[in-house]
Amino acid sequence: MQWETVIGLEIHTQLATQSKIFSGSSTRFGAAPNTQACAVDLGLPGVLPVLNREAVRLAVRFGKAIDAELAERSVFARKNYFYPDLPKGYQISQYEFPIVGEGRVEIVLDDGTVHEIGVTRAHLEEDAGKSLHEDYQGSTGIDLNRAGTPLLEIVSEPDMRSAAQAVAYAKKVHQIVRWIGISDGNMQEGSFRVDANVSVRPAGQTTFGTRAEIKNVNSFRFLERAIQFEVERQIDLITAGGKVVQETRLYDPDRDETRTMRVKEEANDYRYFPDPDLLPVQLDAAFIAAAIADLPELPDAMRERFQADYGLADYDANLLTAGRELAAFFEAVAQGSGAPKLAANWIGGELTAALNKSGLEIGASPVTADQLAGLIRRIQDGTISGKIAKQVFEALWNDGGDADQVIAEQGLKQITDSGAIESLIDSIIAANQDQVAQYRAGKEKVFGFFVGQVMKQSQGKANPQQVNDLLKQKLLA
Amino acid sequence: MALDRSDVEKIAHLARLAVAPADCDRYAHDLSNILDLVARMDAVDTTGVEPMAHPLHMTQRLRPDLATEPDQRDRFQAIAPQTDAGLYLVPKVIE
Amino acid sequence: MHDKTIAELAAGLRERTYSSVELTRHFLERIARHNPSLNAFITVAAESALSAAAQADLALAAGTGGPLIGIPIAHKDIFCTQGLRTSCGSRMLDNFIAPYDATVVERLAAAGAVVLGKTNMDEFAMGSSNETSWYGPVKNPWDQTRVPGGSSGGSAAAVAARLCVAATGTDTGGSIRQPAALCGITGIKPTYGRCSRWGMIAFASSLDQAGPMASCAADAALLLQAMAGFDPRDSTSLDTPVPDYVAGLDGDLAGLRIGLPKEYFGAGLDGRVAASIQAAIREYERQGATVVEISLPNSPLSVPVYYVVAPAECSSNLARFDGVRYGHRCENPKDLEDLYKRSRAEGFGAEVQRRIMIGTYVLSAGYYDAYYLKAQKIRHLIADDFRRAFEQVDVIMGPTSPTTAFPIGAKMDDPVAMYLNDIYTIAANLAGLPGMSIPVAPVDGMPVGLQVVGNYFEEGRLLNCAYRLQQQTDWHLGVPVGFD
Repeated sequence: MQWETVIGLEIHTQLATQSKIFSGSSTRFGAAPNTQACAVDLGLPGVLPVLNREAVRLAVRFGKAIDAELAERSVFARKNYFYPDLPKGYQISQYEFPIVGEGRVEIVLDDGTVHEIGVTRAHLEEDAGKSLHEDYQGSTGIDLNRAGTPLLEIVSEPDMRSAAQAVAYAKKVHQIVRWIGISDGNMQEGSFRVDANVSVRPAGQTTFGTRAEIKNVNSFRFLERAIQFEVERQIDLITAGGKVVQETRLYDPDRDETRTMRVKEEANDYRYFPDPDLLPVQLDAAFIAAAIADLPELPDAMRERFQADYGLADYDANLLTAGRELAAFFEAVAQGSGAPKLAANWIGGELTAALNKSGLEIGASPVTADQLAGLIRRIQDGTISGKIAKQVFEALWNDGGDADQVIAEQGLKQITDSGAIESLIDSIIAANQDQVAQYRAGKEKVFGFFVGQVMKQSQGKANPQQVNDLLKQKLLA
Repeated sequence: MALDRSDVEKIAHLARLAVAPADCDRYAHDLSNILDLVARMDAVDTTGVEPMAHPLHMTQRLRPDLATEPDQRDRFQAIAPQTDAGLYLVPKVIE
Repeated sequence: MHDKTIAELAAGLRERTYSSVELTRHFLERIARHNPSLNAFITVAAESALSAAAQADLALAAGTGGPLIGIPIAHKDIFCTQGLRTSCGSRMLDNFIAPYDATVVERLAAAGAVVLGKTNMDEFAMGSSNETSWYGPVKNPWDQTRVPGGSSGGSAAAVAARLCVAATGTDTGGSIRQPAALCGITGIKPTYGRCSRWGMIAFASSLDQAGPMASCAADAALLLQAMAGFDPRDSTSLDTPVPDYVAGLDGDLAGLRIGLPKEYFGAGLDGRVAASIQAAIREYERQGATVVEISLPNSPLSVPVYYVVAPAECSSNLARFDGVRYGHRCENPKDLEDLYKRSRAEGFGAEVQRRIMIGTYVLSAGYYDAYYLKAQKIRHLIADDFRRAFEQVDVIMGPTSPTTAFPIGAKMDDPVAMYLNDIYTIAANLAGLPGMSIPVAPVDGMPVGLQVVGNYFEEGRLLNCAYRLQQQTDWHLGVPVGFD
């Protein structure tokens, strides 16, 4: 029996506003419990919500970035249920009329295949507070600092057919929200949460199987594992004659399995109705235009441009458009050096390795784009070899300065005078007659010995290409 | 529209109200009467009529994104039933 | 002192005939004397009132302070008053000391008014007789075996008995107008959004409005002037300028077109109440108004619609009362469910629980379209009826209540019978229109109210109508026996 996996993702991303969506409390992370919970956030009797302009602006930016319809008129609705971290006994969300309508996200898998994943909608809502269970015997502590933080809930169509696709989509959305600056997308801090709806069906069946929801997976790696486990679990269950129950499950990374949430999940009747304390949100052309005026070139467009204009391969273009800062860095180096492919190699290679080793982001790189461009120019124009360039890079990283300075100070200029190289080769050949004989007798490997000797004697500065050519000439003469 | 005990129990649960078994029938009776009153709405044809959520045709005002609220935890928790170390306490919630 | 208008008192204060402290003491003594029987006040704030009065006296001496400086008023116990218990007539909030002031409270304080205390009310504003209060029923000063009306029964009784100069009330389905009618005072519910709802404990958010309750139109105008205005903390607050209600009081009524809805004068209306209403209408005609019969065909639906919409909204608004952050909490909850269910069952009275349950039901899966959505559609039709009527007339008049005050306990066993008390008043809340009740000729010694409904933002015109009637008649001047 062939099985097909069907996955839809619901992503909650915290919007990067200064204040909460319906109150003027700060949204800063890490404050002492309930010190950022004002009367509105606490749901005191008589309080009322007022909508944060920036939350709307950021939602509009997201909508535009995924090519979605923007609702001219959207409505906030109350989602009613009781839970201690939900002070009003309802969450203000959007139900029938969300601010962002249908959109699409393009994903590229490791095997190079491209898929378009539909986004059903994205809507604004407020976050709940936090429950702390650990420190109290028989009690749970409630911190409402987070209550009221603006969230954008992004709902995908059930278009994904594998864990890999789901992860690629989640990563893409993650990239987008960070790229356009609407969220810091920090999964560990909870500002980017992914819930997966997973079901299976016999290949060829058009109706959907019963789905289970896996909540709050906080890394892409865990997301992949959770989905893979869940798919197997459902297939095993159905094959053994059982039925998948529509329920909420949690992923346990320690045991690499999904489990039913311990609280019995009753079908919640949320009794949605339009919130009478809020009025419909009207988006006019002027607001939308202002919101998207400074939207940067989006990752997909930039990736395509890098491939077209700089002749970069898929892999490199993808890597360099992982983040806006990195992409900007690359462009600066590519344009400053006039050698985009070299720039791509150096950034993807040496620079990334050095940054990773020091635990730094591109924005904190001790070697600036200018410095790197200067270095690459000197490789390009033959002043130094690629190998020597690594030395220069290290010097720039540790001590600063520019490539020319370092080259001069350390005398690293490449030797390209064929006369000089020839005499060097002559003296090495003269001193190593045994090896010459070996080589002429057919021992090809000995060539490397001679190259090594030339490089050693020239402190690595002899132009490798010329060394090769001239050695060959002389040895075979 | 007649509601029975089990309807009352379901509604009371959704609304988190403890209803004593002795009161269930009376509530069922009272609620049924109210729903009979409400049933008069059926007499009106509302095809094509837009629901009126707000009396006035206004749209939502947007407020500037500024953190204006100071920390008033002490004041607000002075009236709280049970707190500890700045947290509100409830009976343990199992997740 | 207690039979004077605000303007007269203001003059007396300015001329130093008496001080605000003396005035305040006077009312506090009356409250001490009469409240035990009337039960109009839940909380009397003697200390803070006298302190505020002392401050007012300083301002008066300095020649500063607005038209309400030093005038003793009361607030319906639905308005948050910082540092004072704000109970909403409920055991749920018996221990709730509000940590902030409602906007209406702030504005009246800024105008210099002195707060004597918090008045009794139907629990969470749900009722038409002030019999559902945790603090016991309020008695009608005109006949203490009868109800004062509700939900602002305490404010109405306090004003009628002259225990305060004026009071604030709220009106969701008639809760200012109906008690004003039953107690013989002047009360107005302004256009929805005219007064801020910040700090006004919510019952039905799309219907609730704050308004003044006073002994005459001029006093109501002065209070409304201070209360009304845009508040950025309330998304449903109107951002339009507040006209000068006082300046507009004396306008000529010649040419005023009065609409009388034929649906309001049918069965169910006490014939003698109808006669009082007709007498008042004739007075308007004498002043140059013309009367037109109009029809508000969907008005019979207003009670059913209200008893879907209001409970739906309140079932959600009252979900925050859960024993966690404030208010009543049951003893020794064994788990979270127990905490919620017992705290709420203990904290809320029967009428509130009934309405929460109805509200929960009409919003629940499978019923939303048939009930809530349907009700909101009929609401639209009701508003349209008024829109059409106001193309022909300037104001709509009729009785505020079908009968005079009924005996305490008479309708408590039949919620639906109680609901029908609001039959004339509810439609104005559904449409968001301003409505007022003005005292007219009493029946068997019991007050009768004339309801005047105006078009959006026409509070000024309503106050004008009331003022002109009160200049030519003395129905508003009656004082119940024992309270003069």
